[in-house]
Amino acid sequence: MIAIIDYGVGNIHSVMSALNKLNIENILTADPEIIKKADGILLPGVGAFRDAIKSLEDTGLVPLIKDCVAEGKPLLGICLGMQLLYEKSFEDGEYEGLGLLKGEVISFKSRISEDLKIPHMGWNRLNVKKDSQLFKYLGEDEFVYYVHSYYASGKSEDLLASSEYGIEVPGVVGHGNIMGMQFHPEKSSSTGLKLLKAFGEMVK
Amino acid sequence: MITKRIIPCLDVRNGQVVKGVNFEGVRDIDNPVNLAEMYNEMGADELVFYDITATNEGRELFSDIVEQVANEVFIPLTVGGGINTLQDFDRVLKAGADKVSVNSGAIKNPELIREAALKYGNQCVVLSVDIKRVNGIFKVFLNGGRKETDLEAIEWIKYGCSLGAGEVVVNSIDTDGVKGGFDLELLKAVGDVVDVPVIASGGAGKMEDFKILFEKLPKIDAGLAASIFHFGEVKIPDLKKYLKEQGIEIRI
Repeated sequence: MIAIIDYGVGNIHSVMSALNKLNIENILTADPEIIKKADGILLPGVGAFRDAIKSLEDTGLVPLIKDCVAEGKPLLGICLGMQLLYEKSFEDGEYEGLGLLKGEVISFKSRISEDLKIPHMGWNRLNVKKDSQLFKYLGEDEFVYYVHSYYASGKSEDLLASSEYGIEVPGVVGHGNIMGMQFHPEKSSSTGLKLLKAFGEMVK
Repeated sequence: MITKRIIPCLDVRNGQVVKGVNFEGVRDIDNPVNLAEMYNEMGADELVFYDITATNEGRELFSDIVEQVANEVFIPLTVGGGINTLQDFDRVLKAGADKVSVNSGAIKNPELIREAALKYGNQCVVLSVDIKRVNGIFKVFLNGGRKETDLEAIEWIKYGCSLGAGEVVVNSIDTDGVKGGFDLELLKAVGDVVDVPVIASGGAGKMEDFKILFEKLPKIDAGLAASIFHFGEVKIPDLKKYLKEQGIEIRI
């Protein structure tokens, strides 16, 4: 069973629908007992980094999430949920993240050509960089749906798959049982469902 | 790189998908949930739903439909029609929409764009504009093209984006339903002044119209159409294959 962390931000409707469609047991929760018992954790998120990290800290769940991860429980952060895994974000200021992955979240602005629109929004090709269990169902030509103005600048060894948008945009990152997807798998049609299915199997 | 998007538009009234020519002579086509699933299978990049029902009961029925679609179809959903307040945003987002399109509600109260963008993020707010030439000037129209406003279209779009709209849908009333191709003159004028994604709507009749759109106007991000997809005159898999063969970046 996957515990989807409920910290009051974002639209988790479609993540839950996608997991339900795949028959992956899931629950939206902020209950420490349920999270402890869960086989995996999903950290959703849309909106601004500052508000999200504050809401997450306000739940008091951060130490528990870190303990679960240290015990080896698979954790998947989606979109802003992935950015929260990093040490720091420079979105409208400078804010500390969970520090589960090494690196910082920075803006596209002034790092890509001015011809490219910000946010990076739409379907982009996903290029696999490193083998991962997450990719077991993927085929050759796979596209995923992104909406974001900031991206993670982390360690290259944690980069599992990327997309090209002026720079190499980290699409899927991972370090052991800690994983993140910058795009929205729950909005990426069959490709997204294949990724979530693989994550669901890693959790079992 | 980001692909060009192909977007079928579903006008929904009292639970049924409808499409008219030049916004008049509306007729029923199909169940919106079935149609949405079919389009997802075919490779549509996104779906737009416009609620053209007038009653509160109809609105509730519409929210149910959005919810049913969101449970089955995992691509971005944009919902518009009757969006006048932040509560309306809330209602359709809770039903499972990813983006909300505003049209007359934003003309009556432009602050709606700013407030919604602050609350839900710019990427969530889509400015949809119905435009028709009047004495050679691009004018904004209300009520599906029946009522002229004082607004000049390009200025209104610039203003809407400055308030926080994260995407613009340009509906050309002059080319809508005529199937003679997108309104390139209007779309170029819009593409030249905004730096958010622009979706072209109105006029697509054949596959080549999409090719011409994307080749001539690289700043246009997506092509939207309704009846040609609903009636199968243009099949989305064929269209996407054709565009890819023409060297246009597209998701197959």
